[in-house]
Amino acid sequence: MAAKNDKGNNELSLLMDQTVVGRRGIIMPASDVPVQPLPDPGLLRENLDLPEVSQPQVVRYFTQLSQLNYSIDTHFYPLGSCTMKYNPKINDVVAAIPGMSYLHPKTPEKFSQGALKVMYRLQSYLSEVTGMSATSLASMAGAQGELAGVLMIRAYHERNGDSHRKLMLIPDSAHGTNPASAAMGGFAVKAIPSDSNGNMDLGALKELVGSDLAGIMLTLPSTLGLFETDIVEICDVVHKAGGLVYGDGANMNAILGQLKLGDLGFDVVHINLHKTFSTPHGGGGPGAGPVSVAERLVPFLPLPTVVEKVDQDVAQYSLVKSDHSIGRLGAFHGNFGVLIRAYAYIRSLGADGLRQISRDAVINANYLLARLKESYDVSYDRLCMHEVVLSARRQKKNGVRGLDIAKRLLDYGFHAPTMYFPLIVDEALMVEPTESESKETLDAFIDAMLAIATESENIPETVRGAPYSTPVSRLDEAKAAREPDLRWQSR
Amino acid sequence: MQSDSFQHPYIPNTPADREEMLKVIGVSSAEELFRDIPQGYSAPSLDIPQALPEMDLLRELQALGDENRHADQGPFFLGAGAYRHYIPAVVQAIVNRGEFLTAYTPYQPEVSQGTLQAAYEFQTMVGQILDMDVANAGMYDGASSFAEGALMACRIKRRYKVAYLDTVSPDYIDVLKTYTLPQGIEIYPVTANSTNLKRETACIVAQSPNFYGYIEPLENLIETAHSLDALAVIATDPFASVLFRPPGSYGADIVTAEGQPLGVPVSFGGPYVGLFTCKKEYVRQLPGRIVGKTVDSNIRTAYVLTLQTREQHIRREKATSNICTSTALIGLMTTVYSAILGKEGIKEVAQLCYQKSHYAASLIQQIPGYSLPLDGVFFQEFVVECPRSPSEINETLASKGIIGGLDISDRIHNGMLICVTEVNTRVEIEALVQALSDIGK
Repeated sequence: MAAKNDKGNNELSLLMDQTVVGRRGIIMPASDVPVQPLPDPGLLRENLDLPEVSQPQVVRYFTQLSQLNYSIDTHFYPLGSCTMKYNPKINDVVAAIPGMSYLHPKTPEKFSQGALKVMYRLQSYLSEVTGMSATSLASMAGAQGELAGVLMIRAYHERNGDSHRKLMLIPDSAHGTNPASAAMGGFAVKAIPSDSNGNMDLGALKELVGSDLAGIMLTLPSTLGLFETDIVEICDVVHKAGGLVYGDGANMNAILGQLKLGDLGFDVVHINLHKTFSTPHGGGGPGAGPVSVAERLVPFLPLPTVVEKVDQDVAQYSLVKSDHSIGRLGAFHGNFGVLIRAYAYIRSLGADGLRQISRDAVINANYLLARLKESYDVSYDRLCMHEVVLSARRQKKNGVRGLDIAKRLLDYGFHAPTMYFPLIVDEALMVEPTESESKETLDAFIDAMLAIATESENIPETVRGAPYSTPVSRLDEAKAAREPDLRWQSR
Repeated sequence: MQSDSFQHPYIPNTPADREEMLKVIGVSSAEELFRDIPQGYSAPSLDIPQALPEMDLLRELQALGDENRHADQGPFFLGAGAYRHYIPAVVQAIVNRGEFLTAYTPYQPEVSQGTLQAAYEFQTMVGQILDMDVANAGMYDGASSFAEGALMACRIKRRYKVAYLDTVSPDYIDVLKTYTLPQGIEIYPVTANSTNLKRETACIVAQSPNFYGYIEPLENLIETAHSLDALAVIATDPFASVLFRPPGSYGADIVTAEGQPLGVPVSFGGPYVGLFTCKKEYVRQLPGRIVGKTVDSNIRTAYVLTLQTREQHIRREKATSNICTSTALIGLMTTVYSAILGKEGIKEVAQLCYQKSHYAASLIQQIPGYSLPLDGVFFQEFVVECPRSPSEINETLASKGIIGGLDISDRIHNGMLICVTEVNTRVEIEALVQALSDIGK
């Protein structure tokens, strides 16, 4: 049993507090070479304190910690905009094949053809799904894909002698990463308001575009879970003003095989493999955010991309740098262990399976919408795509906020939806069921939501105090920020 | 088209389920749900191969794996930023637990204490190993962590020049350029002996061990930086920090590292985890996630994401970084690894790397025609000047089943960067030495 702390409850003591001098978790082999002299002791480190714990202690500690988590393997996890779908186990198996996981990134290309082939094919599949000309797999997360995208837009304008194009337009419903990435790319940001149907306000857009326009960053379907009905005209307005269209692929799960962003005229899109393409989120990464681009941005792709050369019927794969590449995003070739999982996923589904994913993701979300819209407010009375944004406006009148409903769901055995996002919806609760959930699970979730709506009327204080059944209750977040305690310290 | 009868194992909905749900929704077909897609754009062709059953998929990927020559298939001496170390079985067993593997970023702390406490342990281990006040919960990789370190220094000092040592890994410098140049930051090279910096320099950035594997004497440069009110951002290696005095002990303000050596497979370059640490006074300028300790409403100890007002979802374009999803799971790997190795094990591994690499170097420099052109102290990687082109030598080595070091002849005449860690046996080292000797004749 892992040590309990001084209060005797189920808190698991930190490893440094479990330390007993002399314990160890592994034996390393003795050196098999003649002793080599150490350098001047002045160069050497004197003290380093790490835990001294036995192997069973470590295993039990981390296993017990894991059991404090909700996860997609254990619970419905309807976190809007995060696409928490089933993560197929075979994908973990293929990523761990020794030929892949023990392959060193500096291995000569002729000894890494298998890995390069996987990358080349994945590039092709992603270009095909997005309707783009080429793809680089280098970016190691969605936000890094965004950075790559805006840097390509910047490089494109500079190369055209348009370095004065420094304005990036971003809808007010966008993810925070969009403006943050644009700022890192050296752009000024302006927000475009949404109209009463949840679409981008086209009139406002037209007023904002001018000779300083670099581009627009938008998410399709939007972060409201709605399809942007004016999308063709939006692209047209931006292009006519000399700007480029950046697509945030966060919501790609709605449109696989239903629509290609390239067909609409998008110039660059990043894809979150850890969302749409099922790679495990790992409690906050690793992810991968490949960027797919239209012809005119191909020369600017981040380093590296994989190319195929066929010589006498033998295909050879190599890593190359695009002519005017924006450069490297990481030390090597991207998160290969994530890429290979996404590759396996696409191979497992095939074209028909990918289409079916989006169809079922959208059916599931609309089913939730249809059955919940009597009890919760919906800001826009229309069909949704793969996720639905509810509002706890009505419950707020009884003093129950979106946060309270989210926390109460934990007691019912469901992970909470995304709360307070998008920012433009009051008391937003954003629910994304994905295609992975069965009708039975959706019905159970609906029952819980309806029960909480009733509780909010009758026993609001119960909802406000939730959760009750979780390993800990609501946290004092203000204390955490006011008195930062960020690591174990010796007492 | 088989869409209506196609029951994929990852998708529970049956045709009957769909029919029932569509009825509740009030539409007659799934296609109707996509009616907002403009005419002419919906249901495009999709040129992706047909679905593959799991058994065939595994065979396909095993065959592709067989086309690679991986690092455990014989004597292997590449490093250059990704290092092979033995990974205890416990590490993979823990990381494969679905409760860790398939959880999201811990936005709901009440049901994420596992991820959060593990991240607090990560911040503790990283702080201990790199000997710095505070660590964040991890960045993408060592190179992007290093680049974000430079950006952080620019934010703190509100200055926009960065001086770098030219012994930093060229891959790291490339990433530094990608991150800094668009923000109008000027970067320029300096040497370790520089006693002056350009005006308005925010920081010096350096790497120790440097790209060539050598401990970089940085005391003077850091002192110069501080005397001009600039910061020092130093990238290091976790095992080098175990054996040698870590950069914080001679004044570094921000210390970053590639976390991969701590129990993470080389996996063709990723996913890894960037370690990111700084002095306490700069904590509110850190990029990325940070986990803090607090209490719940019943005064029980608990952990939570904290100092979030730095972050993109709140600060948007004014955030300290755009980073969102990072590499929590890889951070967990390094945490479990550090716990399993523990206080003594981690020192033993560092010693083994030092002993074996120095043994290899001592033998290689005795071979006629080969020399060690660089002065100083190296940790586990060193440069050999070969009698002819390293790429030719590597070809011959490969024909003998040995993967030699990295060809760095573009930087050092006939230079080969050789890495030896605890996983290289004496037999392998001597096989390399024998082969180099045969080639040299």
